[in-house]
Amino acid sequence: MTVVPAGALPISTGRLALSALLILVNVALSAGLRLGLGRTLLVAALRMVVQLLLVGLVLEWLFQQRGALLIVVLGMAMAAIAGIAAVNRTRRRFAGIYADSLLSVMSSSALVTGLALAGIIRSDPWYAPQYLIPLLGMVLGNTLNGISLGLDRLMEGLEGGRELVETALALGASRWEACRDVIREAIRVAMIPTINSMMVMGLVSLPGMMTGQILAGAAPTAAVRYQIVIVFMIASGTALGVFGVVVLGWLRLTSRDHQLRLDRLRS
Amino acid sequence: MEPSALFSAAGLGCSLGGRLLWRDLGLTLQAGDRIGLVAPSGQGKTLLLRSLALLEPLQAGALSLRGCPPAAWGLPAWRARVCYLSQRPVAHAGTVEDNLRRVWAFSSQRRRGVWQPQRIRHWLTRLGRNGGFLGYRAERLSGGELQMLALLRALQLDPEVLLLDEPSASLDMATSLALEALLCDWLAAGQRACVLASHDPGQISRFTSGRLELNR
Repeated sequence: MTVVPAGALPISTGRLALSALLILVNVALSAGLRLGLGRTLLVAALRMVVQLLLVGLVLEWLFQQRGALLIVVLGMAMAAIAGIAAVNRTRRRFAGIYADSLLSVMSSSALVTGLALAGIIRSDPWYAPQYLIPLLGMVLGNTLNGISLGLDRLMEGLEGGRELVETALALGASRWEACRDVIREAIRVAMIPTINSMMVMGLVSLPGMMTGQILAGAAPTAAVRYQIVIVFMIASGTALGVFGVVVLGWLRLTSRDHQLRLDRLRS
Repeated sequence: MEPSALFSAAGLGCSLGGRLLWRDLGLTLQAGDRIGLVAPSGQGKTLLLRSLALLEPLQAGALSLRGCPPAAWGLPAWRARVCYLSQRPVAHAGTVEDNLRRVWAFSSQRRRGVWQPQRIRHWLTRLGRNGGFLGYRAERLSGGELQMLALLRALQLDPEVLLLDEPSASLDMATSLALEALLCDWLAAGQRACVLASHDPGQISRFTSGRLELNR
């Protein structure tokens, strides 16, 4: 008879330090090929270790909390960080881009996570942190990528396609008619990573959350069900967030007078 | 502003990067007017034409068409009637016909008319082309052919004021003359007027009935 473990095997501090040796592969490669990444790699590795150790402590404390307000505030802070990070990766900016990103990230992730917790997972209470925090985090991580891509594509599309857009405007198009193709393309491109990852999920990639649950002793068939829910949450959250931010950005870069306002754009 | 005027602009002012381009500029167009816009390069001819079409925000002054301000028409409807043609025309990937037809999908144009292939073929003949031009791929057109496409794309919409920015810069002399003749007939066929910016003094003296000079 096999014994089903109650949790994953614990990793001692010494063995954890051993795992850090793996990063030396990257450092050696960078030095050998003169990639100039050595320093960045070390900083990134260090940040990763410190952030995760801290998060481990914070989550342990958090999972003992019972107040809804605290958890909701924490969720909003996570969404705000995601919204800001999404803009930081774009090549150009415009006034109000942070507000657009924050609004899109917060509303889309709140809606999707809220519906999933209340309607599908039915955790009790609905804000139970061991469900809310990781699920929200996964939705945010993916929405962030979509928003970066969508914003970049929107700004590039309007700038590169400026003459076509203005020609349409000059011939009587509304700002929506003139920019529709650019908006569509921005949303399409931003959704590609999500769709691609759904296509090969389980075949090429074993998702991290599922792997984690299996390591912790959950039955694979149960872990898979969680994974399906989370993928749908990610897909719809990303779609909503991208749609929101692209439309808001388009409104900022055009005027009520149906003019293209690329002068509001700066790199 | 005269109430009978087709189009009028009054008190226009514009400065760019601290440099004053024009101040208190006025322009009144009656049906049939063909105004030549003359100024050295870099004096803002394009900017002025774009401002009349409200593709640029007006810094000072007011515009009206048939006595109504742009806001009363709505901006897309304004530009359907006061139409600016860029000196660097562009087209979507696809055939010439695709490009000519797609502008009829704009809601400001759907109410005003329909795609008229016969009329376009007739105009093409006058420009020394035939209906086969409609099947050409827009991305393979020469600079001059692209200018023809842009002109036909606007003319078919019958704007009341046509703002032309160097419309024949890439055309040979014979085609330029044919284009001017075509424009004259088109202008005469309705309550229409035209402002033309050109660096070609010959074209200005042949084609225009009045002049607007930009100087500080």
